[in-house]
Amino acid sequence: MIEAQQLTKRYGEKTAVDGLDFTVKPGTVTGFLGPNGAGKSTTMRMIVGLDAPTRGSVTVNGRRYARHQAPLQEVGALLEAKSIHPGRSAYNHLRALALTHGIPPRRVDEVIEVAGLGSVAKMRAGAFSLGMGQRLGIAAALLGDPQTVMLDEPVNGLDPEGVLWIRNLLTALAAEGRTVFVSSHLMSEVSLVADHLIIVGRGRLLADTTVQDLVREAGGDTVQVATDDPAHLRDVLAGPGVEITCRIGSEELQVTGLSAREIGLKAAEHGIPLFELTTKAVSLEEAFMELTRDAVEYHGSTTGDETSGSAA
Amino acid sequence: MSTLAATPETPEAGQAESARPAYRVTGRRVLASEWAKLWSLRSTWITLGLGLLFLVAFGVIAASHYTSNLDSGRHMDRDFATATAVSLSLSGTNFAQLALGVLGVLVTAGEYSTGMIRSTLAAVPRRLPVLWSKATVYGLVALVMATVGAFAAFLVGSRIVSGTPAAMSLGHAGVVRSLLGAGLYLGMVGVIGTALGALLRSVAGGISVLVAALMLVPGLVSLLPSSWQGDIDSYLPSHAGESMFALTHDSTSLSPGAGLLVFLGWAALALAGAAYRLLRSDV
Repeated sequence: MIEAQQLTKRYGEKTAVDGLDFTVKPGTVTGFLGPNGAGKSTTMRMIVGLDAPTRGSVTVNGRRYARHQAPLQEVGALLEAKSIHPGRSAYNHLRALALTHGIPPRRVDEVIEVAGLGSVAKMRAGAFSLGMGQRLGIAAALLGDPQTVMLDEPVNGLDPEGVLWIRNLLTALAAEGRTVFVSSHLMSEVSLVADHLIIVGRGRLLADTTVQDLVREAGGDTVQVATDDPAHLRDVLAGPGVEITCRIGSEELQVTGLSAREIGLKAAEHGIPLFELTTKAVSLEEAFMELTRDAVEYHGSTTGDETSGSAA
Repeated sequence: MSTLAATPETPEAGQAESARPAYRVTGRRVLASEWAKLWSLRSTWITLGLGLLFLVAFGVIAASHYTSNLDSGRHMDRDFATATAVSLSLSGTNFAQLALGVLGVLVTAGEYSTGMIRSTLAAVPRRLPVLWSKATVYGLVALVMATVGAFAAFLVGSRIVSGTPAAMSLGHAGVVRSLLGAGLYLGMVGVIGTALGALLRSVAGGISVLVAALMLVPGLVSLLPSSWQGDIDSYLPSHAGESMFALTHDSTSLSPGAGLLVFLGWAALALAGAAYRLLRSDV
């Protein structure tokens, strides 16, 4: 459980985090979303006490992080920037951290296995690839068997297998009843694992919602239907809560408010032939971009709507 | 339970709560962690080896130089006129203090330059135990190494100069005190190095200030009007430290005990500055 109250961080004139209030609950994966520079990393650094808030407070399981007797047992954190000495081996890095808490050596071996670092544990961490470095960071985060796992951009630099591994890991951790807090600037990535979403932009809270609610607010799923008699189909489908759009002279209709099954049944009932019946999930990416449009810190100079969606 | 959780003591315990081992950060454990960190880096072994080599090699070189100078019968170098087996054997102190001081800076500032400090302080968020542990662990290691080096340098050096006016044995008054003083001085230079590294959070900055404090400032002070010089000179870190291991003391230098106290004061000042910054600044 992480609770932030009016959490604020100023660096000189610039306000990185501006009065954030949120709660991250146990047993679910909470996604922490926002464009680059939105204050996600700063917030996470404040949670583990590396940065001191200018105003407000953030607690972990009811206490400030530094007040816990065994901090690594409360929160395991993977921070965005590298936090290892390149001259030390992965094993020695984890062992040095374990020694501060009296964590037994067998737990070090366990997290090395879980992170899939068994074959490289004795190698200098400086020789690690980006993906290996991320795995070492996650091994360190799991070391204290923490109740809360907090990962800043964990899929950065990981290959597809690594990305899948992170997804399964996050889901498994939440299923064990832990608090999982994971940041990303990619909605597509987070929506696959997260149930709850905290969306920030320019240090402010933009939304504290669930994936389902965000979908609903974005207008729900659309069904694309193609028929040789669009005008008739349109009259048949029309009703309260149903929205239908089509282009003049086109055979295609875009329907929201009805499922593909309902549309198919109604069309069959009225003997209207259908050529296509496709459900298109609402693009969370677009909903997210809509939310954060005004809060994006660094706009590309040639941003087109077509390219920005697929760039992710 | 999944493999993600630490192996529970009682496998049938379904609740994560009841199976959780009770970990706890203690001062002794932070010391153990810093000890492990120090020895798991190659730079530690290399720099300590260099320090030891400097200490012994320069002592032997100075002693040999003294003997050959004496044998050649030429006019004696002025530096050698008052030389003793102790002063000759400890000629390497200047170079050894660089190696040990630089390693001290690396012990703390190296964590900032690599980012390791974020892992360290996330594990020990109260922060100060980390500074005390680093200074203690490294200070003791430097002390032991420097003391061994000082005695080794003297044992070899005194054999080389035996039969000359500089000859001395361990039994000679003040010799053991001087050699222990040299070890203590170098150990404390190591502590000052760790403090400067933590204060400045930069390897280059820490080394610069260390070299300036130990080697440049005495030169600059000699440019001051002589009436001020007398007041300041003997209290400078390098001169106060020197009185800790010099065999003889004149009216301008501090006694070994006073020198130790003044040098301790400098080390305490550097540590206090480091502690203040560690508590006050974000990392």
